[in-house]
Amino acid sequence: VGGDSTPSPDLLMARSFGDKDLILPNGGTPAGTSSPASSSSLLNRLQLDDDIDGETRDLFVTVDDPKKHVCTMETYITYRITTKSTRVEFDLPEYSVRRRYQDFDWLRSKLEESQPTHLIPPLPEKFVVKGVVDRFSEEFVETRRKALDKFLKRITDHPVLSFNEHFNVFLTAKDLNAYKKQGMALLTRVGESVKHVTGGYKLRSRPLEFAAIGDYLDTFALKLGTIDRIAQRIIKEEIEYLVELREYGPVYSTWSALEGELAEPLEGVSACIGNCSTALEELTDDMTEDFLPVLREYILYSDSMKSVLKKRDQVQAEYEAKLEAVALRKEDRPKVPADVEKCQDRMECFNADLKADMERWQNNKRQDFRQLLMGMADKNIQYYEKCLTAWESIIPLLQEKQEAK
Amino acid sequence: QQPAPLEPLGHPDAGLQSAVGEEAEGARDESPGEGTMTENNFWLKKIEISVSEAEKRTGRNAMNMQETYTAYLIETRSVEHTDGQSVLTDSLWRRYSEFELLRNYLLVYYPHIVVPPLPEKRAEFVWHKLSADNMDPDFVERRRIGLENFLLRVASHPILCRDKIFYLFLTQEGNWKETVNETGFQLKADSRLKALNATFRVKNPDKRFTELKHYSDELQSVISHLLRVRARVADRLYGVYKVHGNYGRVFSEWSAIEKEMGDGLQSAGHHMDVYASSIDDILEDEEHYADQLKEYLFYAEALRAVCRKHELMQYDLEMAAQDLASKKQQCEELATGTVRTFSLKGMTTKLFGQETPEQREARIKVLEEQINEGEQQLKSKNLEGREFVKNAWADIERFKEQKNHDLKEALISYAVMQISMCKKGIQVWTNAKECFSKM
Repeated sequence: VGGDSTPSPDLLMARSFGDKDLILPNGGTPAGTSSPASSSSLLNRLQLDDDIDGETRDLFVTVDDPKKHVCTMETYITYRITTKSTRVEFDLPEYSVRRRYQDFDWLRSKLEESQPTHLIPPLPEKFVVKGVVDRFSEEFVETRRKALDKFLKRITDHPVLSFNEHFNVFLTAKDLNAYKKQGMALLTRVGESVKHVTGGYKLRSRPLEFAAIGDYLDTFALKLGTIDRIAQRIIKEEIEYLVELREYGPVYSTWSALEGELAEPLEGVSACIGNCSTALEELTDDMTEDFLPVLREYILYSDSMKSVLKKRDQVQAEYEAKLEAVALRKEDRPKVPADVEKCQDRMECFNADLKADMERWQNNKRQDFRQLLMGMADKNIQYYEKCLTAWESIIPLLQEKQEAK
Repeated sequence: QQPAPLEPLGHPDAGLQSAVGEEAEGARDESPGEGTMTENNFWLKKIEISVSEAEKRTGRNAMNMQETYTAYLIETRSVEHTDGQSVLTDSLWRRYSEFELLRNYLLVYYPHIVVPPLPEKRAEFVWHKLSADNMDPDFVERRRIGLENFLLRVASHPILCRDKIFYLFLTQEGNWKETVNETGFQLKADSRLKALNATFRVKNPDKRFTELKHYSDELQSVISHLLRVRARVADRLYGVYKVHGNYGRVFSEWSAIEKEMGDGLQSAGHHMDVYASSIDDILEDEEHYADQLKEYLFYAEALRAVCRKHELMQYDLEMAAQDLASKKQQCEELATGTVRTFSLKGMTTKLFGQETPEQREARIKVLEEQINEGEQQLKSKNLEGREFVKNAWADIERFKEQKNHDLKEALISYAVMQISMCKKGIQVWTNAKECFSKM
């Protein structure tokens, strides 16, 4: 590490990670479909965390079975959270609870508060701003379910976060609201102490490795933003293309009605174009539901990571400030006071946690994007295959009477 | 329903027939009925015609103003039977307006034929990438092909191929325009072609022609619609492909900050670029399909023209019959002394007194002469009408077969284009997927 080039964050990885990716049965996203939460299917849908061996995994969490609740005050969706675990922290081997988005939001805040040195996975967007999206449409609910499932799985995979008490309660409590009211009772030591940092300290310079992470995240978020815009633009163009196709196909039908010998061939072409239109609609739906949300999730992820970096900077700044203050006070030399030592500890813990999380994040990110982009390619391949089938099937129809003559 | 034929009298109108005869006389082969002349595609077996080049030229027009136009090289080759070798026999340059002149001539002298259409004068049904400029090289190239197609259509038509003016078009560069104009077809054109747009009522229309005219109207309408939407479809498809090109650049930029993922991203980006640029060739091929549709759009117009000419003929016939009937009536009234029909003479007689028997005799005589003439004309018009219907219907049947065959071929080639496009799409995305799998 040195020279002019910014070291790649991947250089920070202590070990090289082999390709331990599990082949997922349907090639889809790890937050699979809403099938029952059996252990074997859960195993199939897991992302590997390299700190834990696949065989010793002892916590499995799934989000499925969305249900709509209509109450006098409001209408909302709940999801079933199924947990299976052999960990001692869990009284029972299996739990099944229902949670709504609010609860996930609460969990995330609690995690941020209590584990400020770690990267907390993002939640899908709270509010849907654009256009006429129906919060209760099947597509929206399914997209959200997948994202929530992903969220919990990422926590599950994390060696520290998965043991968090709030997480445990989230997974197991019958009445989560009662627990929520207890408030700040369960803050951890580190959390408490970090909370007391008022943020008045100014960091002189970020260490190279964290500066590199910061730079990486900035560029990464930028590129993802661009990709998001391109993907949206493609979908928009495809939809406009679809509109024209839907007018184009029927004209062949109109023509067919005028003709004798040409009637069948023309009708065949019309039907063919109709099939291609349907295939295109499926493509655009898939891209909207599966591709864009994951991109956006990662943008949110990198945003929250940048704030964690800043908190780290704060801790380092506090330490450096205190250290400097000590250096000026001649009477405390050469002994370093206890509170400065504590600051140093805090900083070193934070740095270690963050580095470990970054490594994990990098690997997961690679797997996630590999899957996402392969999925995108797959959907396009399927689209073209459907169209190919349609056109190939009418060739014999078009050639028919030709030979009979 | 044909109108009731009146008694045939005298000889058929020599006007139309002689024109055909003249051309047949001067044609490079024997008079009709002998040997190979009557076969379809006669010319195509013995002669190869091609419009092989297009050249920009400047010259002075009729008003002595400088203009730029494109000239097309027409080459005619005769094919030897034995060894299939072709020898260049004629080569000359023609511009679009000369083609138009040829076609207008054919329209006048062969009103019962569905005359092959010329490629469009101005670019229509364009989408944003396609130029509407007549001097644009792509447009000129497509026009060159269209003009060649026109000549091949005429040459393969069993009747049109024998026309002398057509023969001279291919062989006589200088003075051709004068020769065409000397046929006097312009005069005939005025009365016949202009009437194509007029509306007039025919009392006993021929149902088959009415249906055919209706069909040609509908066909024009549906093909126009199809071409318009197809152009919009092409536009949109272009947009979809081109936007994917942006992935190429951003993947490249992203790969620069990645270690393990970098190579996969970079190479996938390259495939996205390939995908984006593939649309240009795809849409260029599709223009050929659009041109095939356009030819039949214009053919529909030619079909309609035949129907209108028949309508015109029918109208003339009905007018002539009406005129004859009225004259006969007048004659009868004068002979019997009863006045049932209004006439100016009758009016003046009432006002100024009866005419003398001698005067009446004179008038009757004049009328009888006119009636005689009228009956002869009516007979020849009837004959002309029947000939027209017979010949027109024969050509219409020929045209229908040709249309069904050609359009089916066009649809097949369109399907093949789509299949090719799908296969290319699958290929590119499969390549990209493989790159992603290596991330």
